[in-house]
Amino acid sequence: MRAYIARRIFGMLPTLALISIIIFVVIQLPPGDIVTSTLDRLQAEGVEVSNDQIQNLRAQYNLDQPMVFQYLHWIGGFVVGDMGYSYLYSRPVNELVWERLGYTLLITVSALIFTWAIAIPAGIYSAVRQYSIGDYLLTTVMLFGLATPSFLLALIVMYIGYEWFGITIGGLFSPEYRDVPWSLDRVSDFLGHLWIPMVVVGLSGTASTMRILRANLLDELNKPYVVTARAKGVRPIKLLIKYPLRIAINPFISTIGLLLPVLISGEAIVSIVLGLPTTGPALIQALINQDMYLAGSFLMLLAILTVIGMLLSDLLLAWSDPRIRYE
Amino acid sequence: MTDNILEIRDLAVQFKTDFGVTRALNGISFELPRGKVTAVVGESGSGKSVTANAIMRLINPPGKIASGNLIFSPDGGTPFDIIALKETDPRLVQIRGDLISMVFQEPMTALSPVYSVGNQVAEAILCHRHITKQQAWREAAEMLVRVGIDDISRRIHQYPFEFSGGMRQRVVIAMALVCNPELLICDEPTTALDVTIQAEILTLILNLQQELNNSVLFITHDLGVVAQTADQVIVMYQGRVLEIGSVRQILKAPLHPYTRGLLAAIPALAKKGQRLETIASVVGDEDIETPYPLTRLKDGRQISLSPQALERIINE
Repeated sequence: MRAYIARRIFGMLPTLALISIIIFVVIQLPPGDIVTSTLDRLQAEGVEVSNDQIQNLRAQYNLDQPMVFQYLHWIGGFVVGDMGYSYLYSRPVNELVWERLGYTLLITVSALIFTWAIAIPAGIYSAVRQYSIGDYLLTTVMLFGLATPSFLLALIVMYIGYEWFGITIGGLFSPEYRDVPWSLDRVSDFLGHLWIPMVVVGLSGTASTMRILRANLLDELNKPYVVTARAKGVRPIKLLIKYPLRIAINPFISTIGLLLPVLISGEAIVSIVLGLPTTGPALIQALINQDMYLAGSFLMLLAILTVIGMLLSDLLLAWSDPRIRYE
Repeated sequence: MTDNILEIRDLAVQFKTDFGVTRALNGISFELPRGKVTAVVGESGSGKSVTANAIMRLINPPGKIASGNLIFSPDGGTPFDIIALKETDPRLVQIRGDLISMVFQEPMTALSPVYSVGNQVAEAILCHRHITKQQAWREAAEMLVRVGIDDISRRIHQYPFEFSGGMRQRVVIAMALVCNPELLICDEPTTALDVTIQAEILTLILNLQQELNNSVLFITHDLGVVAQTADQVIVMYQGRVLEIGSVRQILKAPLHPYTRGLLAAIPALAKKGQRLETIASVVGDEDIETPYPLTRLKDGRQISLSPQALERIINE
């Protein structure tokens, strides 16, 4: 097993090297760079910038160097853990990324738990009571959920919160706690805000999770091994959980690993609507402004998390399913 | 105490489909003598497996037991009707695995792929007796050795997909016998196996039946298997019983035209190169298609025929 993991990790390296080149090239592809987009902004504000200043800016950002040098400069720093400097935020990229990753992780994990807490019982119910009124009811409600875009749900929740309860829901903190050090009050304020993105993000995955579980479980419910177990006297609840559900749940275990890349890219629109300090909006901003170091680092992290997530999925699946473990 | 471990009275099972109600069993009646092997034969769709599943109350919606009684007489206990048991009755749990157990047709799919065989055999014990896990695993190991699994300390921790078809069927048999049931139902236990393995499994079941002295209901469409195993034979067709008799009566001197057709359809080396007999001639045959009640003849066998045909037979 160790050899297998080592082989997999070693095999990631050329993939990631290739991806890093593609990321670099793709970000550089559109005409202009961070200096031109800064100039555009300045000129729109009526500020005149001299040619010398432009040259200085270019030199400061290494933009006068050849592409290969720029690439090596970026990736060389990245490898040793220095992701460079964000021109857009005027802060080191490291700081920006870790802070945002933390919040994103919290929202993603709590949303996932929320999704499963609703979708798994609902999926089990509608499979076991297939074609019952409850099944149809759940399916209808879930399909509404599936058809509602998350950002719209976010807007609706914000509207209701403001109109009916007089609270502003955006962000992860109330204004008074936004820029103060962590304290018990700040934590409770944070938790008070966390549930909105948790519900909004979580609901979007509920319908599909429930329908997939329902379909998987229906496939398993009438398998001969279930009948065998029933015939040897296993009680109904234990029978359901130990036999068909155990196998129907396998695909979900393997999707846990695939959540890693979502940490970077996921739910950007919802985050923008709700004003959340997560990675999604920052990535979009960085791409729009051609903030090379920030955008490149985000995309590179996305790539790394994706390949690690794949490995994690495979390991989780092997752990949960002996048929895969022994192949 | 009666001599019959199970008496099936007018058992009817229906399946509701989009095209109407399918009557899988039309009020069948027969007895299973204690300590004997009873074989049920018939073509596909004759209701053999439905009978087995009904005995263990394993008929799921859209199917349901429409009527009838299944009087089970446990050794030294009071007889009771399996069909009258509520889903929550503790006797129903006993019926499933403790008093009655079943060996299924498909050893490849009858075991869950994600639990070791030891886990699945020990579970059969733990469902019915309050003993420790260790004790259950010990007994499971003993039973697995008895059905012919070697290298048990290693094999017991292996998963079903690490066993061949024949070996898996041995595991299924161990699982069925580990609680020493009074009635063992074998639903075509050798059909899915290689011919060479079939004989081994058959011998195994018969030897264990002799040792444990339980009653056996053996469902098959292989008349060769019937000849080797059965004491009593029941011939089924389209959810009805056509003929019941001793293995000698049914195989040597079948009286019902359908039983004769069934026997004639067995391929034999002596008939090499000839066309195989078919039992297509029975379709539309009034003697077979019309549900006549079973009549007991002087020699003890029971037969379902029209009064005219019965008279003809009696006069012969």
